[in-house]
Amino acid sequence: MRGNLAKAFQLANTQVFRHATAPKSLTDQLGRKLFLAILTVQGLGAFALITLGVILKKSGGAPGVIRPRVRQEISRAGVALLPMFLFAALALGFLVVGQTVSALAKVGATNYLGSTMVIVIVREIGPLLTAMLVLARVGTANVIELGTARALGEVEALEALGIDPVHYLIVPRVVGMAAGIFALTIYLILGALGSGYLFAFLQDVPLTPGDYFKQITEALNWLDFALLALKTLAFGFFIAIVTCYHGLAQPLRLEDVSRVAVRAVTQGVIVCVFVDTVFIVLYLLT
Amino acid sequence: MSETFQPVVLEMSAASIGALRDTSHVVVADVNWSVAAGEFWVVAGQQQSGKSDLLMHAAGLMTPLQGSCRVFGCETRDFGEAQIAERLRVGFVFAGGKLFNQLTVAENISLPLRYQSHHNLPEISSRTVALLEWLELTPFADSTPASLAANWRQRVALARALALQPELLLLDQPLGGLGTRHRQWLLQFLDQLWRGHELSGGRPMTIVATTDDLRAWPHPQRKFAVLDRKTFSVLGAWDDVKSAPHHAVKELLAEPVETTI
Repeated sequence: MRGNLAKAFQLANTQVFRHATAPKSLTDQLGRKLFLAILTVQGLGAFALITLGVILKKSGGAPGVIRPRVRQEISRAGVALLPMFLFAALALGFLVVGQTVSALAKVGATNYLGSTMVIVIVREIGPLLTAMLVLARVGTANVIELGTARALGEVEALEALGIDPVHYLIVPRVVGMAAGIFALTIYLILGALGSGYLFAFLQDVPLTPGDYFKQITEALNWLDFALLALKTLAFGFFIAIVTCYHGLAQPLRLEDVSRVAVRAVTQGVIVCVFVDTVFIVLYLLT
Repeated sequence: MSETFQPVVLEMSAASIGALRDTSHVVVADVNWSVAAGEFWVVAGQQQSGKSDLLMHAAGLMTPLQGSCRVFGCETRDFGEAQIAERLRVGFVFAGGKLFNQLTVAENISLPLRYQSHHNLPEISSRTVALLEWLELTPFADSTPASLAANWRQRVALARALALQPELLLLDQPLGGLGTRHRQWLLQFLDQLWRGHELSGGRPMTIVATTDDLRAWPHPQRKFAVLDRKTFSVLGAWDDVKSAPHHAVKELLAEPVETTI
């Protein structure tokens, strides 16, 4: 329990470097940045593995406490964001899909509509935009909540009660965010494709709804569904890991919380882009 | 309490106590301390003397930088999932309570019971109600801790620590910030717990409390220790405290002392 958190954070004790005097030469500064980045990646990796271990080892443990917390996190990272995602889907449909459909129709390239939509919306923009919005709305809140809890000594209070802080604080957030991003991505894609056609229809594009959706479904294959599910779950897992790690890792003072929140969001974006790149390679290989 | 042999519940040998905020910094060095079952210890020290850190070590929440700390015969360095039963024999009341503000008072108290899944719902409910009643918290059951005064938050923290019926109760500055009436109530309640209270099944409880004001704790059967200048010294009984030559003890008794500023 105590060991779970301590192990990950001892691996990445970057405070020594952050509080040390700034090096004078450019190469020393670059070296320090690189060393800090390696330590952070090491700490995040250890934290991710520990969290996975707790999820596997304690699945079904303390159901009276953990299940309501998981439901609460799914609601926070999923259900509560539905209105915002309805707006985002409409915006994405009007701004991207509608214009693409219209442009393709003008050059007589509506045959490419299905594959274009699948690549742009289903594979890329849908999952990535969902991840960014959830990172901004829920990830930031995670860092602040956990950072404050850490600063107020709630983690020690949990340990004193025999409650594993990773199990109680992290696991529900990881599960909630993974499930939330998966579900919201589906809604965003469906909403964007629907509203996009509506926009094209209003511009008198000569394309029937039947043809439009037929082209999209024909361009989709089973791999798209499988990789979309894996990608969104990976986004949720890693965003939760990065934000929870920074919330719990270093700050013991309240004044550190806002600075750490900014760092966590930046790293969250980097991790999402990295995960996305891995999936692009997977698409290309298959 | 009787003078018969009692098993040791907490033992520190040549333990170096690190600070919570910087674990490499030693706040108390070379602690040799043994607490037997059924004893009531009061550890006194000025602010920043390492009282909280010492208790965190005693609860197994931190491990000594050097030396050993054993709780119910189990080395705290080895505390993990397998030693959870030993961990749960220790109750800890933090200074200021450290309650979970997103939960209500009743939820705070029942949280450890709900997490330890071997308790069923009727058991949890009746235990929570009993704790609320004994600690006079029933009117605040559905309030959040942030809406309560410090006096009542301290009682909620005590109730939460008692939920799992610990055998060793550690209290960090339990009288800090309390009004006179609440101080008296808490001292009497701790005395009842030490002698054997219905909440602990009538079994006498071992208690260790820290303080920065010794005047509130006189009792012929309590044992006293002091933390001063990174040193832990056992003083003995209350009579020994009054005659102790330590400068720090006189300050903690609020006796006039020569000060140099």
